[in-house]
Amino acid sequence: MAATSANDSDWVDVLIVGAGAAGAAVAWSLAETRMRILCLEQGGWMRPDEYPSTRRDWEQLAAREYSPNPNIRRRPEDYPIDDADSPISVVNFNGVGGSTVLYAAHFPRLHPSDFRTRTLDGVGEDWPIDYQTLEPWFALNDRMTGVAGLAGDPAYPAHEPPLPPVPMGSVGETMAKAFNQLGWHWWPSETAIATRDHEGRAACVNLGPCLSGCAQGAKGSSDVTYWPAALRAGVRLRTSCRVREVLVDDEDRATGVVYFDKQGAERVQHAHVVILACNGVGTARLLLHSKSARFPEGLANRSGLVGRNLMLHPWGMVRGVFEGDPDERFTPHLQAHLGPGSCAIWSQQFYETEAGRGFVRGYNLQVTRSHGPASTARYLLGHGALPWGDGHHRELRRHFGNMIGIGVCCEDLPEECNRVTLDPVLADSHGIPAPKITYRLGDNSRRMLEHGVQRAVQALQAAGARNWRVEAPLRQTGWHLLGTARMGRDPQGSVVNEWGRCHDVRNLFIVDGSVFVTSGGVNPTSTIQALALYVADEMKKRLADLFD
Amino acid sequence: MHKRSVPIAEGRPAVTDASPPSPPLDPALCRTLRAAAALVVPASAEFGVPGADDETIAADIERTLGRDRADVIRALHSLDAAAGGPLAEQPADRREAAGRWLRENEPALATTWANLVVACYYRDDRVMRSLGLEPRPPYPLGFEVEPGDWSLLEPVRSRGPLWRAVR
Repeated sequence: MAATSANDSDWVDVLIVGAGAAGAAVAWSLAETRMRILCLEQGGWMRPDEYPSTRRDWEQLAAREYSPNPNIRRRPEDYPIDDADSPISVVNFNGVGGSTVLYAAHFPRLHPSDFRTRTLDGVGEDWPIDYQTLEPWFALNDRMTGVAGLAGDPAYPAHEPPLPPVPMGSVGETMAKAFNQLGWHWWPSETAIATRDHEGRAACVNLGPCLSGCAQGAKGSSDVTYWPAALRAGVRLRTSCRVREVLVDDEDRATGVVYFDKQGAERVQHAHVVILACNGVGTARLLLHSKSARFPEGLANRSGLVGRNLMLHPWGMVRGVFEGDPDERFTPHLQAHLGPGSCAIWSQQFYETEAGRGFVRGYNLQVTRSHGPASTARYLLGHGALPWGDGHHRELRRHFGNMIGIGVCCEDLPEECNRVTLDPVLADSHGIPAPKITYRLGDNSRRMLEHGVQRAVQALQAAGARNWRVEAPLRQTGWHLLGTARMGRDPQGSVVNEWGRCHDVRNLFIVDGSVFVTSGGVNPTSTIQALALYVADEMKKRLADLFD
Repeated sequence: MHKRSVPIAEGRPAVTDASPPSPPLDPALCRTLRAAAALVVPASAEFGVPGADDETIAADIERTLGRDRADVIRALHSLDAAAGGPLAEQPADRREAAGRWLRENEPALATTWANLVVACYYRDDRVMRSLGLEPRPPYPLGFEVEPGDWSLLEPVRSRGPLWRAVR
């Protein structure tokens, strides 16, 4: 399709699509080359002074206008997602910083075993790179992001988070004692939260609702970490620009993109190198929509794997209720609503494969704090546990501030039937087909989730909870969008090579969660950004023969 | 530069002027709204709190309808119909029966309505104080949280590495 453009002749050296976690990191890293680098982002800059936590109606906003689900949030820059054929909804954010704007800031790394699941456990595929390859980039990313934690976690090879851990509070301490009683591993969560002033960012003051944006600027979303540095180094960032397709010439080289600008005009941006950083759903969507005579099944999709092997991390949540002393029964005696919402401590007791569990690979348990009063009421109403009328106040007070959650984050194995395709009906405001998610939990994931939920209940019981509620799989947890353009050495079995370059299009790179070969059982942002830094470094080392 | 949030004076509705208020409902529907709010959260002498039909809270609910406006109006009309007349004019048992009818027959509308009521109720100054909360948004002051006792990690350290080595 022909596109009009006022700047067809303006070529850039590197065009990055997407200004989220990966796009920001790759932009910053490449900036030192002095190449002409442009990033196109469909959303805009967020204003921290407008985040919900600055307002009295913060809980209402967090559930609606700042919902992580784009189908609920419905900002103009959001695209709809057809998730009817999945028990897990995709959640994200579109804007500078991408989903890090709303993420929990849980920042664990993948483990060494995560890169070798085929060799170790006979499932998934081995990655073409390993933990050691990424180790320097994990460390650099920790410094750039400002990661809080405590050195010495026995669940990992030695490394040292640059900032002290987030406070445990009574929630963490209660569960730490329970884990000790059970003889299980636990450790303070590694968290992308500045626990003291860091690189111009003010220290965390425990606002609480990290998941609706950090007004303090303490949370390491990439709009406040990498982007300011990348812009100072000369990278250009054009917001409110939604890319429709990647253009390709007769020699299978990307020549740029067609995009809609802020006014809705269709434009072309030419580039010598194109880097996609749109997450595991957005990148697959864009490639599948970039059809041409040479790529009738979508760009860089001669393997047929673009969009396949979608991994989402099935998630369980168990919330235990802790009754206070009879005299204090109707007070928030545990103060569980205070502190960074989703981060306190974790247990990786069940992370590595162990015979006899009925599944391979594993999961991590994440101890989370509870909600504000309105969100507590919504949660209870949603479970039919908060009566209308008489009894409302007692029941609310029994729960508010007295609930501890344990999230069960399960490794999701790659399966080709789990995939992103283009929806035949649903489209965004520019008429670009929406992504359709087709996903089911595999048998291994199902057994793992069940095991994890049982262990979470066991831990909460050990801590003194007498009542608990289970949600598994938790629907609104499709944050981790992985595997839809996997990395590998074999062009028949992967979309990009071991340093992020598409097998089929030698000047097209992918740096987001799409390239994950397996998912691990932890939040992936740390690894996504380390991969982006690694790919950027490989590009810099190969500038002379980047396309050979 | 970040703009600082404006403290909300006591007694004022909790939302700031950043939220465009919803247009007012007609007076009859307003009366139904207040009666329906009390069905979800009645006043409590035990805890010394107003019901959601309190004038200030009900006004906040009305201002906050936003994208729920059409659903809420449907819910209120359904409650009037289920009560056999304007909800606010019915005796308590008929109002409660209408509430039960809505929950059983229009659960999605009932959820939307209850979620809106609690969103506004639990940001009222008096209600927040009754829960031991300061009536303010989290930013800019934040909250104190105890760091915790890191010596609890000693048993974990003593058990040694847990991660699986890969050759």
